[in-house]
Order: sequence, then C-alpha cells, then structure tokens
Amino acid sequence: MKLTENEYGALAKRRSPDTKLYKTIPGAFVIGGLICCTGQLLLNLYSSAGLDKTAAGTLTSVTLVALSALLTGFGLYDKIAKHAGAGTLVPITGFANAVVSPALEFKTEGYVLGVGAKIFLIAGPVIVYGLAASALYGIILFITQAV
Amino acid sequence: MDYLWAFLAGGALCAIGQLLIDLTSMTPARILVTYVVAGVFLGAVGVYEPYAEFAGAGATVPLTGFGYQLAKGVREAVTADGLIGALTGGLEACAGGITAAVVFALIVALLFTRGDKTAKITGQS
Repeated sequence: MKLTENEYGALAKRRSPDTKLYKTIPGAFVIGGLICCTGQLLLNLYSSAGLDKTAAGTLTSVTLVALSALLTGFGLYDKIAKHAGAGTLVPITGFANAVVSPALEFKTEGYVLGVGAKIFLIAGPVIVYGLAASALYGIILFITQAV
Repeated sequence: MDYLWAFLAGGALCAIGQLLIDLTSMTPARILVTYVVAGVFLGAVGVYEPYAEFAGAGATVPLTGFGYQLAKGVREAVTADGLIGALTGGLEACAGGITAAVVFALIVALLFTRGDKTAKITGQS
C-alpha cells in the first residue's frame, strides 16, 4: 500500500489515542505552579537574608537549576515529567533538565564530543534564538534612543 | 499572597505550553525556543516587567522569564554603554543561570551513569 505523506499523517492521527486535555492541562498547571512556588520560597528566603533583588533572583535560578540537575541525575525528574508534561518543561528546571539529560545520555560517546557537545543539544537553540532576539532588540532600542 | 500569584501565573504559563504540545505537533525544544523569544519580545515592549512585579517567581521561573532577563539586560547595557550593549547585555544578565546549568550538567555527567537508550542504540552495554 502506497501512501502520500498527507494520507499517512491522517492515518497516524486517527490511530494514535486522543490526548486527554482534561488530564494533561491540570497536571501541567499544578506541577508548573508548584515549581514556581518553590522559586518564590527561595526568592523570599534569599531576600530576607539581605540579598538585593537581582542577586536573589540569580541565586534562585541557580538553586532551581542545581535541584533539577540532581533530580535528573537520579532519574526522578523524568518520572515527574511523565505526569507534568509542559509543567516540568517550561520552568527553568526544564531548561536545566534539557542540559543535563543529553550530557548523561551521551556520556558513552566521550567527554568532548559526547558530554561537551550534547550539553547544548536543546539549550543551544534556546540560547541562539534568545540572544539573537535580544541583540535585535538592542539595535532597535539604540536607534530609537538616538532619534 | 505572593505564593498564590506565583502558583497561578506560573501554572498558567505551563498550561499554555501543554496546550501547544497537545494541539500542535511542537517538540519540547521548539516550545522552549518559542518561550524564550516570546519573553524577549514581551520584555522589549514593556509588558513583562509589570507582570513580573505582581507574579514574582511565577513570571521569572518559566522560560519566558529567561527571555525577559535577556531583554532587560540589553536595555540596561544599551542605555549605559550605547550600541555595544546590544551584544553584551543579554548574556551578562543570564550568565548565572546558563553557567550553573552547564557546570551542574558536567558534574552530574561525571557522577552518574545511566543504563540508557543510547547504549542500546550503539550496541554497547
């Protein structure tokens, strides 16, 4: 049986089970919300310890990244992610998970082209397009300030 | 009260991400890229700043917050140093998070080993 790409897509769609939005959306909302609450807790702790706003924010990000890296190492982050979907992807812990996971998985290919290169497998595009967008904004801002 | 706003705002951003995953065929990598670029845009037009004021970590912990940091860093650097700030401000503002992710990833890779899919694909055990 020969299928065009479109026909195959339609067939695959019909065969795959319906994604249950009433299950996935609350899961993402609650777990993502809880991760942000953890961030708020850390932010409040660091602020009350006397750190200024910027330093407290940076330290909060760093702490969340460290926690996520550790959980990823023990294989726990992926277990939570199964129930959370975007709830564990969208927070900065998801970014950290996207850095640590390939680093672990490609360890077998060595520390330079395995770990060193694959660390940026997903973080790379995020940094590339984030920096490009911010540089573009900087140029536009400079022109509008000069006018 | 700030915990409630962090929960609601952060949860909502994650729910939107889940909606994108379920209704479109966007991969996780594309979601992350979209969120960061959206954060830069929202930060640039001045929408994200007031949002972050009341949502706290609910706005800064999701990856749109990362984009917002980039935009904010660039704005401060361009205002202080001129055009060169467009190239220096972004990374400067996000240096802590990025460096932490890379360094911790390296440490975890040194300490842990996973009996994973890669090993099976390459035929090693």
